[in-house]
Amino acid sequence: MPIKHSGLDRFIIVMNAIFLTLAVLIVVLPLTYVVIASFMDPSVLLSKGLSFHLSDWSLEGYKKILSNPAMIRGFGNAVLYSVSFAILTVVISICAGYALSDDRLKGKSFFMTLFIITMFFGGGLIPTYLLVKNLGLLDTIWAVIIPGAVSVWNIILSRTFFKGVPNELKDAANVDGASEMRIFTSIVLPLSKPIIFVLALYAFVGQWNSYFDAMIYLDNPNLHPLQLVLRSILIQNQVDPGMISDQLAMAEMKRLSEIIKYAAIVVSSLPLIIMYPFFQKYFEKGVMVGSLK
Amino acid sequence: MHNPIEAEHRTMVTRHKSSILDYVKKHYFLYILLAPAVILTLIFKYGPMYGAIIAFKDFSPIKGIMGSEWVGLYNFEKFLSSPNFEVIFMNTLKLSFFGLILSFPVPILIALMLNQIRRARVKKNIQLFLYAPNFISVVVVVGMLFIFLSPTGPINQLFTWLTGEPIMFMSRPEYFRWIYILSDVWTGAGWASIIYVAALANVDPELHNAANLDGANLLQRIRHIDLPTIRPIMAIVFILAAGGIMSIGFEKAYLMQTAMNLPTSEIIPTYVYKIGLQSGDYAYSAAVGLFNSLINIIMLLTVNFIVKKLNEGEGLY
Repeated sequence: MPIKHSGLDRFIIVMNAIFLTLAVLIVVLPLTYVVIASFMDPSVLLSKGLSFHLSDWSLEGYKKILSNPAMIRGFGNAVLYSVSFAILTVVISICAGYALSDDRLKGKSFFMTLFIITMFFGGGLIPTYLLVKNLGLLDTIWAVIIPGAVSVWNIILSRTFFKGVPNELKDAANVDGASEMRIFTSIVLPLSKPIIFVLALYAFVGQWNSYFDAMIYLDNPNLHPLQLVLRSILIQNQVDPGMISDQLAMAEMKRLSEIIKYAAIVVSSLPLIIMYPFFQKYFEKGVMVGSLK
Repeated sequence: MHNPIEAEHRTMVTRHKSSILDYVKKHYFLYILLAPAVILTLIFKYGPMYGAIIAFKDFSPIKGIMGSEWVGLYNFEKFLSSPNFEVIFMNTLKLSFFGLILSFPVPILIALMLNQIRRARVKKNIQLFLYAPNFISVVVVVGMLFIFLSPTGPINQLFTWLTGEPIMFMSRPEYFRWIYILSDVWTGAGWASIIYVAALANVDPELHNAANLDGANLLQRIRHIDLPTIRPIMAIVFILAAGGIMSIGFEKAYLMQTAMNLPTSEIIPTYVYKIGLQSGDYAYSAAVGLFNSLINIIMLLTVNFIVKKLNEGEGLY
């Protein structure tokens, strides 16, 4: 039976639509501005702002940013770090989550407590830094991918997922004489594609977007991931000197710095823009699979 | 789901082997699967907890953690009596407190509003837009703030046109908190609404129909059907947020800092980073960090206690 709306109800429904539209605009407008600005001719952008005449558009920003060696290296490093981090963290969480979902694992609550304590208490920045330093991991990829590889949240997510896998499946295989390892690799893992996919996506994005660990652990600029390169371009205003020929330096830099920033933002977000539609299916899963209680 | 008979059968099978070692041997594969997570947690999470005792020492990297002299609470007293203490402590508290006040209700509002949209496709598309900023990196968000709020940026073009003068957003201390918190809401509020949206989607439509038949209007139905549905989630989200009130992230504040806005933008995490990793005063900085974690734990326990009292015994634990 359809719901009957009073006059007040209808007013609220209209206001609701207006406010939601506003919210969408608040999100979309700044992003659209950045994308359009990145395609502008730098001089036009400086003098007139955005323009929709095709003659005012150019790819100069993209040419500059794509010929910046630091940017290319940063992009490559970010891909390497994010992919390795995603693989590592998925393997660890899936294995641990599966083990913790099995009733035959003795000491389960001990292990869970061990993990959960770390969600609320930690040694802090300095002791962690000293540890990484003492282990000789400074200026290596390991400093960026290992210390954060165990995510308690991910372990809980995958444990909850495996608890939903019917025990009968495992038992049937057990009766057939399959070893524990066979059961895990050939029965359970093929069923876990959704959870693997969700965890990998979030791990990839998290690593792609982070700069902090790289900033404190990686001194060598050749190892810097994209976000650190972006930080120097966007926030510290250091456009790589190699990007602009020396004689023209100052004036040219002033002309180009804006457009380079816009283009850098777009280029750095490309992988996420491409992945975003894949996320859509898993938005709610990611949050709800391990729902809080 | 568990099968009780099955579980009992399993314990009966294993009861014969009384020694734990035998048991572990039998199910060693499960322990092998668990091992990487446990080992890495012990090293990288519990290792630093042990390392945190340098906060009570006159730490010298050459002597190591054990070799350095104990100095008791010296480092803590040094922080509490330093002229910076009050400013930095209050900056941290205000930034997260005001942040909580804004970023707690906004996602709930968004979810309640989204829940009114009946057409699934429209709702889905709105969600797609509202969730997007969550996937933008903090470097890019702060970079965009600097661009948009610069004296010649698009927002100041408007202000210059209106008042003849640009506003120095990023260098005036009084604006820092506003910019920080509002941009946080911009990036996070949509995403944070997911958990409420999902809970509201599970409300039986018959409930709304019945209430409507009984003459309840839209606002009454939201108040008496929708809100009670998400109340347990609200409590948990609030406890976690309020409990983490001193664990505000370093990453964004550090990027937003300029020499001029430091009077409000210097918070405990950025201070720890600067004195520890930039000036090398490890012990002192570890003490400041530990002090911060302690306050956090106390906050978490207190807030959980209060919410439990107010929420008819429903707390986090």
